[in-house]
Amino acid sequence: MAIYIEKAKCTGCKLCIPSCPYGAIDMVDDKAEFNENCTSCGACAYACPTGAIVLEMAGKGEVDTTQYKGLWVVGEVTTEGRLAMVTAELIGEGRKLADELDTDVSAVLIGHEIEDLARRAAGYGADRVFVVDHPTLKRYRTQPFTNVLTGLINQHKPEIVLIGATTMGRDLASRVAARIKAGLTADCTELTINAETKLLEQTRPAFGGNVMATILCEFTRPQMATVRPKVMAPLELDESREAEIIHIPVSIEEKSIATKIIEVIKDDSGSHVNLTEADIIVSGGRGLGDPKYFALIEELADVVGGSVGASRATVDAGWIPATHQVGQTGKTVHPKLYIACGISGAVQHLAGMSSSDCIVAINKDPDAPIFGVAHYGIVGDLFEVVPAMIEAIKERRGDSA
Amino acid sequence: MDFTFTEDEQMIIDAVHELGSEELQPHASEVAEAGEFPYEAIEMCREMDIFAIPVEEKWGGLGFGFLLWGAIGELLSYYCQTTGSVFGAHVLAQYPIMEFGTDEQKEKYLIPLTSGEHIGAFGLTEPNAGSDAGAVQTKAELHGDKYILNGTKIFISNGGVAETYVIIANLDPSKGTRGLTAFIIEKGTPGFEFGKDEKKMGWDALPNRELIFQDCEVPVENVLYKPGRGFRVAMGTLGVGRIGMAVGAVGLAQAAFDAAILYAQQREQFGQRIAEFQAIQFKLADMATEIEASRLLYQKSAWLKDQGEKFEKIASMAKLFSSETVSRVTSQAVQIHGGVGYTREFPVERYMRDAKLFEIVEGTSEIQRGIIANLLLRENHI
Amino acid sequence: MNIIVCIKQVPDTSEVRIDPETNTIIREGVPSIINPFDENAIEQAVQLVEEFGGKVTVLSMGPPQAEAALREAMAMGCDEAVLVSDRCFAASDTLATSYVLSAAIRRIGEYDLIFTGKQAFDGDTAQVPPGIAEQLGIPQVTFAIGLEVEGKKARVRRLLEDEFEVVEARMPVLISCVKQMNDPRRPGIKAKLAAKKKEVTVWDSACIEAKACLCGFDGSPTRVVRTFAPTRDIEGEKFEGEPAECAVTLVERLIGEKII
Ligand SMILES: Cc1cc2nc3c(=O)[nH]c(=O)nc-3n(C[C@H](O)[C@H](O)[C@H](O)COP(=O)(O)OP(=O)(O)OC[C@H]3O[C@@H](n4cnc5c(N)ncnc54)[C@H](O)[C@@H]3O)c2cc1C
Ligand SMILES: Cc1cc2nc3c(=O)[nH]c(=O)nc-3n(C[C@H](O)[C@H](O)[C@H](O)COP(=O)(O)OP(=O)(O)OC[C@H]3O[C@@H](n4cnc5c(N)ncnc54)[C@H](O)[C@@H]3O)c2cc1C
Ligand SMILES: Cc1cc2nc3c(=O)[nH]c(=O)nc-3n(C[C@H](O)[C@H](O)[C@H](O)COP(=O)(O)OP(=O)(O)OC[C@H]3O[C@@H](n4cnc5c(N)ncnc54)[C@H](O)[C@@H]3O)c2cc1C
Ligand code: SF4
Ligand code: SF4
Repeated sequence: MAIYIEKAKCTGCKLCIPSCPYGAIDMVDDKAEFNENCTSCGACAYACPTGAIVLEMAGKGEVDTTQYKGLWVVGEVTTEGRLAMVTAELIGEGRKLADELDTDVSAVLIGHEIEDLARRAAGYGADRVFVVDHPTLKRYRTQPFTNVLTGLINQHKPEIVLIGATTMGRDLASRVAARIKAGLTADCTELTINAETKLLEQTRPAFGGNVMATILCEFTRPQMATVRPKVMAPLELDESREAEIIHIPVSIEEKSIATKIIEVIKDDSGSHVNLTEADIIVSGGRGLGDPKYFALIEELADVVGGSVGASRATVDAGWIPATHQVGQTGKTVHPKLYIACGISGAVQHLAGMSSSDCIVAINKDPDAPIFGVAHYGIVGDLFEVVPAMIEAIKERRGDSA
Repeated sequence: MDFTFTEDEQMIIDAVHELGSEELQPHASEVAEAGEFPYEAIEMCREMDIFAIPVEEKWGGLGFGFLLWGAIGELLSYYCQTTGSVFGAHVLAQYPIMEFGTDEQKEKYLIPLTSGEHIGAFGLTEPNAGSDAGAVQTKAELHGDKYILNGTKIFISNGGVAETYVIIANLDPSKGTRGLTAFIIEKGTPGFEFGKDEKKMGWDALPNRELIFQDCEVPVENVLYKPGRGFRVAMGTLGVGRIGMAVGAVGLAQAAFDAAILYAQQREQFGQRIAEFQAIQFKLADMATEIEASRLLYQKSAWLKDQGEKFEKIASMAKLFSSETVSRVTSQAVQIHGGVGYTREFPVERYMRDAKLFEIVEGTSEIQRGIIANLLLRENHI
Repeated sequence: MNIIVCIKQVPDTSEVRIDPETNTIIREGVPSIINPFDENAIEQAVQLVEEFGGKVTVLSMGPPQAEAALREAMAMGCDEAVLVSDRCFAASDTLATSYVLSAAIRRIGEYDLIFTGKQAFDGDTAQVPPGIAEQLGIPQVTFAIGLEVEGKKARVRRLLEDEFEVVEARMPVLISCVKQMNDPRRPGIKAKLAAKKKEVTVWDSACIEAKACLCGFDGSPTRVVRTFAPTRDIEGEKFEGEPAECAVTLVERLIGEKII
């Protein structure tokens, strides 16, 4: 990728100057000019009203792939200011891949007041942590994060960049990949290094989970992938582990950012369930027969410390808000335990939960397709089975306490 | 004779399939159970322009024929018998206005019935006038530019919900059918009240109410067709109504058959699927054959109507045969389901209850046989 | 207000299977639908134009058959439809797809808002919307569940993992829509018939001045090298019998395996 200024088109309006996070634009004879700080991040091209700043993609085979070294994990900071679990998972997975490539793992942390998190990233196995700390980066926003990350990538040229396939990761990775014209594989569930070519083989589900695809990015660098949370295993946290911590100074003006966050509403009203993060999900289907019996599902979820999920049939019937829906048009989940009560197991439902570690199905129809994906199945009336389970769990808890 | 659909018609059929499978079927049992008018389903039909099919474009319609109208009615009954029954009753007001109305009447009444903004109902039956239409006693007396109506109609489908009523009254009960006159009466007209809603064996969510007329004033311009010619209006309406009944019966029968053939392949007894027993197979074969024959009969009658030819005899045959078919087919569907078929866990018990009405309403099977025989004898008069 | 909606025609995934012999996706005989999230995008656009006036242009890149999806979109209320179709677009990955779509959007001209679905049912990447926004140089707000427009600003409610975020963005902006945003309308027969008669503009790569090297296979940095059916080799264990006893056995098992 290359960036240059078409001098003829430059009107000297200086709008590009505040847009540059790296102070890399000077005015020479009333025309903009890049100085040596320029990382080719592309932020200025975006700010220029006349299109004088041009970003150009290298054609296939034009990227010198040998220049790119190292594996990066782009970190995610939660609203509460903690390191997201997916970041630790990716560092753990990154270590394995990096060992095969004989290279090291860097974490990139972008945010504000995140010094502690850098040490945590080290504890999870990062060899190097880039810290970009600025008040405007307090909360994720597409534009400044894209500018910062693109700049870093262009400057340091990592071979592989992994990002969590979260709402933030998907938003950021796609934008960055489009800017640097790199290949990006979405929502991977498996990553391997090809022994011969040393290319990253990225495997992901598509077609609502009906199809798996393995994808390569042969000609562009870095090879970018978003990776599903809860699929990769983190390393044990070792607080004594040291890493090189590199602070990257940036200057960003709030007014150059096109979006403003007005408010963040934590949803604990229950209407917004973080199913994607839950370790245990208990879901109810049309077999419940009546909305009031979701109470039974809630009770089981309570005793096992899980969240409540639902099939679309129940959502469509208005028994439970859509945020609980699991499946192709709902949430894709992969908890450790998924308990499906009175759910038939239509493909669209399976698309959202069949990758769960352990699936339990309770259905009175022995031929219900849900049993095809279940590790454990009980053929029976959920109104008998579920209360008995609640009872049994409570009893066991009572024993051990 | 050609019952194939054009590309446009097929597109409409596909759209109604989608509506039925996604929106109507999932609530069909619930609606019937609740026994309340399916406002939501009807609103969806209205938004889809379903009531506009057989009406000229001039009056807001789509200008298609009754063959397509039949296919749509069949689908509605297939996915939700309640919605199908409302559709079937609605046309009994829409059709006579379309066929016999003046331009003013069409402007005022047909357009909203076609858009679905208004629901229609047709009132002929009275406590003492069922099969015998000539015995209608609701009296209409001319006073200046108004008729004054007194009397009671019973069992009127869509009664209370409908905005537009086509009512058959008698100018002179002593004249029998020659006194009959059709009127268009709006809901809310002073002197027009609703009585009891019948509790029924099936068709639970379709309102069947008494219509009570007490010195109800109807302007002369609301006479449909001509004074004293109401029998013609009633018979014309029922002619199309019979196609509608046949269509509904076929839809319901198909729903029962589909449930049965599915269940027969799931249920195992004596170590095999019951569908492997010849006794069950023969039932399925007979059911499917009768449904197919019924469908062809209604299609033929609708096609004849669309060609502008005499269709009444075939319409009666279609109504007769399909209503008896649906009774047999739904009963066999329950039989194939065994004990669970008799429970409310499965829809087939409802189908069986709903089926019976087809043999009664809009001319009983006995009356249909009479009509068919009459027409046959007239055709073969020596 | 000028709005562009990007829609993709996708196979109805409930019917997609992998050919066990060739390990490729069997598409024959699988019905095509508008990507469901794109219907939310259409609905949102049509509602805005109903409120503020203006025009909705619906855009799709795809084979000639994708015209059906565009007609359906017009039946739902979109005013104009553009299909970008060219053999050289085949095998586009998300980068090439967003390049082609952004070129087409430039050709369409002035716009205040672009709506897309959150992600497509087949490719399932959610990468095209940010790709389009980037190549047009406009801001993006993804995973939108609600929207208010005030003057030249869009206030968007986003659906994140466990919170809502309200973002204000300057227009023009690209917004990707999730299912909970609205209830897409079901077009009536009249609208469907009318849409059949409307014109769908078809552009090839030359019309949108797309460079061949950035489209299709050549413009795609990712390459799918293998597709296969997911293994569901689960040795399930089914408990049948007295429900209460089964429940207890199951609970014991789950506790034994430290799952709960
Ligand atoms: C485009 C599209 C997208 C879709 N997306 C989704 C999606 O994201 N998520 C989703 O879930 N669905 C989705 N669906 C719908 C899906 O096809 C099914 O209709 C839906 O999942 C069925 O929900 P269910 O299993 O609760 O109901 P049903 O299929 O009706 O199953 C109910 C089950 O409960 C059992 N049962 C009944 N009573 C009892 C009892 N007392 N004890 C035990 N078991 C009992 C029955 O045997 C039956 O198996 C989608 C459909 C389409 C067309
Ligand atoms: C759910 C429902 C909806 C209805 N909706 C409407 C409506 O919207 N509008 C409306 O006007 N009416 C409606 N009706 C009335 C319906 O059309 C009549 O019930 C039907 O025409 C039969 O009339 P009846 O009930 O008076 O039976 P009767 O005429 O009393 O018949 C009783 C029995 O005698 C037999 N019988 C009568 N005459 C003869 C004969 N000449 N030869 C041989 N057998 C004969 C009949 O076949 C039947 O078996 C509805 C009825 C029901 C139950
Ligand atoms: C099995 C498989 C796996 C794949 N994996 C990847 C991958 O990991 N990375 C990659 O870069 N490519 C991948 N592709 C290619 C990718 O599917 C195509 O590029 C596709 O054209 C767009 O991606 P999508 O379907 O994921 O769209 P998404 O980005 O999920 O679509 C989001 C929204 O963008 C709009 N949109 C998308 N496509 C169009 C269109 N053609 N016309 C108009 N609007 C549109 C719609 O509004 C849609 O709702 C894969 C393809 C297959 C078959
Ligand atoms: S660092 Fe980025 S914004 Fe600054 S001049 Fe270079 S490309 Fe432009
Ligand atoms: S924004 Fe564009 S036109 Fe203005 S000074 Fe910078 S390069 Fe020149």
